[in-house]
Amino acid sequence: MSTLEISGLHVSVEVEDGSKEILRGVDLTVRSGETHAIMGPNGSGKSTLAYSLAGHPRYRVTSGSVTLDGEDVLAMSVDERARAGLFLAMQYPVEVPGVTVSNFLRTAKTAIDGQSPKLRTWVKDVKGAMANLRMDPEFAERNVNEGFSGGEKKRHEILQMELLRPKIAILDETDSGLDVDALRIVSEGVNRVKATSDVGLLLITHYTRILRYITPDFVHVFVDGRIAEEGGPELADRLEDEGYDRFLTPA
Amino acid sequence: MSLLADKTQGPVLVGAHTDSGAAFVPDQSRAERKRSYAVADFTVPNGREEDWRFTPVDRLRPLFEVGPDDRDGVTVTADTPDGVTVSHGTPGSVGLGVGIPADRASAVAWESASVMTSLAVAPGAAPAEPAVLRVTGHDKARLNGHLAISAGAHSRSVVVVAHAGSVRCGANVEIDVEDGAELTLVSVQEWDDDSLHVAQHDARIGRDASLRHIVVTLGGAIVRISTNVLYSGTGGSFEGLGVYFADAGQHLEHRLFVDHEPPNCRSDVAYKGALQGDGAHTVWVGDVLIRASAGGTNTYELNRNLVLTDGARADSVPNLEIETGQIEGAGHASATGRFDDEQLFYLQARGIPEDTARRLVVRGFFASIVQRIGVPEIVERIMAAIDRELGATPQTEADG
Ligand SMILES: Nc1ncnc2c1ncn2[C@@H]1O[C@H](COP(=O)(O)OP(=O)(O)OP(=O)(O)O)[C@@H](O)[C@H]1O
Ligand SMILES: [Mg+2]
Repeated sequence: MSTLEISGLHVSVEVEDGSKEILRGVDLTVRSGETHAIMGPNGSGKSTLAYSLAGHPRYRVTSGSVTLDGEDVLAMSVDERARAGLFLAMQYPVEVPGVTVSNFLRTAKTAIDGQSPKLRTWVKDVKGAMANLRMDPEFAERNVNEGFSGGEKKRHEILQMELLRPKIAILDETDSGLDVDALRIVSEGVNRVKATSDVGLLLITHYTRILRYITPDFVHVFVDGRIAEEGGPELADRLEDEGYDRFLTPA
Repeated sequence: MSLLADKTQGPVLVGAHTDSGAAFVPDQSRAERKRSYAVADFTVPNGREEDWRFTPVDRLRPLFEVGPDDRDGVTVTADTPDGVTVSHGTPGSVGLGVGIPADRASAVAWESASVMTSLAVAPGAAPAEPAVLRVTGHDKARLNGHLAISAGAHSRSVVVVAHAGSVRCGANVEIDVEDGAELTLVSVQEWDDDSLHVAQHDARIGRDASLRHIVVTLGGAIVRISTNVLYSGTGGSFEGLGVYFADAGQHLEHRLFVDHEPPNCRSDVAYKGALQGDGAHTVWVGDVLIRASAGGTNTYELNRNLVLTDGARADSVPNLEIETGQIEGAGHASATGRFDDEQLFYLQARGIPEDTARRLVVRGFFASIVQRIGVPEIVERIMAAIDRELGATPQTEADG
């Protein structure tokens, strides 16, 4: 049983003429087994929240706190956060030339578990997870994300989530850029992790279509750097019909 | 025929970065550079000459004046498989007849050398093991090297020349790859931090012969290796691969000149370097000349530099000179970029500690070249050496 607790989180980025505040007081608690959807217009700060939780150096936390089971996440380095059980499936996964997927996965698994995985079961696990996500086995020998299509990159992110078994996973627009079949395959992957582990999910999305496959327990509307409204799955349907207009304060 | 001179740029430009379009090339043609056995034909470089403009010439003074070998300060050992012989003799006036000095340091080394080491692969021989020459110096010993390598017709062999220790070394290496022969020559520079090493390699590639020329430079205060390649028949192939890693205060310079005169030969040059620390400086100059007679030439050259820390500088100058339109392909690419923090973030976000992540990225950067080397024990040595440069002990999970 794990709890990620975000409270009063303010985050800025450095821009040419000083610093710009993007997150303006985020409060959110995600527990094991729960699925939270965060929906909001472009530029509202959803990715900023995701990156800030993962510890990206570009984002500066100016106030607020983030704890995982009481431990201060903000005091941890990027890799410590991942080893503590946080996982971020990125909106734009990064290419790493010259590092094969198989070497990358094994190195990550070793780091997360604190010991190398048993070779035979590991090879089997990787093969099985790739097959489930309809990834060609040749991807194992390709360089990380290099030349992957948008959809292939997203599958690769979910593959990592399946293999690394995080406590809390943040999926940043994992559904964008996926065609209908890929969306189903990726959603099945997420649901497999939900079914076989106690993962708490924070699902960032623009569209309700992924929520037809992955049912959220809570929906949060994210506007202008903070949560503007919260509700159950029915809120997503309302957003689908009405859009975000009523949340946007006139300029 | 395709002609593509593609120039890609890394995310950040660090230090001077010039290409053929902007480079200052005073010679009418690269072919016109002076060649002579006589020291007196070359003045002592002052650093303003085209071919010395990147080099800290003041620190190389000892290698610009004729002087005797410190015979006791240098050991040379040879490990030779069947089919390969090593002998030591006097150079004579023209050595193997392949190389002619192209600068002051080379002419000085030529004139000063008291011994020529000859390594010969018998015609048709295909030794299973590499031949290894180890050159080790002590206490900045002066060494005027002259190495003559001949790969007999239709032989297939691997030769490794491994340099270590402390020296003041000027050297000429002549490489004769006879018709139909395949030679892989690996020159590894793992000198101590106080070593100076200026070498000229001259290669002659026979009809349908191929030379894989691999340069790995990791240690030394100043290392400058100039490689000149020419073909004596059609169908010759040159593959020039290089890996270098400069730390604080190191100057590592690699120059290549590939002279395509006979038709239907190919050349493929790929050098990659990493730099870290204050004053780390690398230079790569790649000149390719395709003469009017060299129809059907196919050539490509690439240089990439990865700058890991501030205060390091990489110069990269590709230069392609084409005198015929009847070529198959010609291109070059050169880029210098900083270490990509997004890559580091991505790997760390998967739990991989920063030092392991850095090592993965740097190993990944070099992997495309190292994998082409294709000699497993050499590949392992290079990877282990790169790990040492990165200040970490090799880990089993990072077999990139
Ligand atoms: N490094 C940065 N420099 C300047 N502005 C930034 C930076 N990073 C984010 N921003 C700005 O912060 C705001 C929020 O960006 P963010 O990427 O978090 O939005 P988002 O909600 O994820 O949008 P989308 O739905 O398009 O993915 C945007 O206005 C963006 O331009
Ligand atoms: Mg976003």
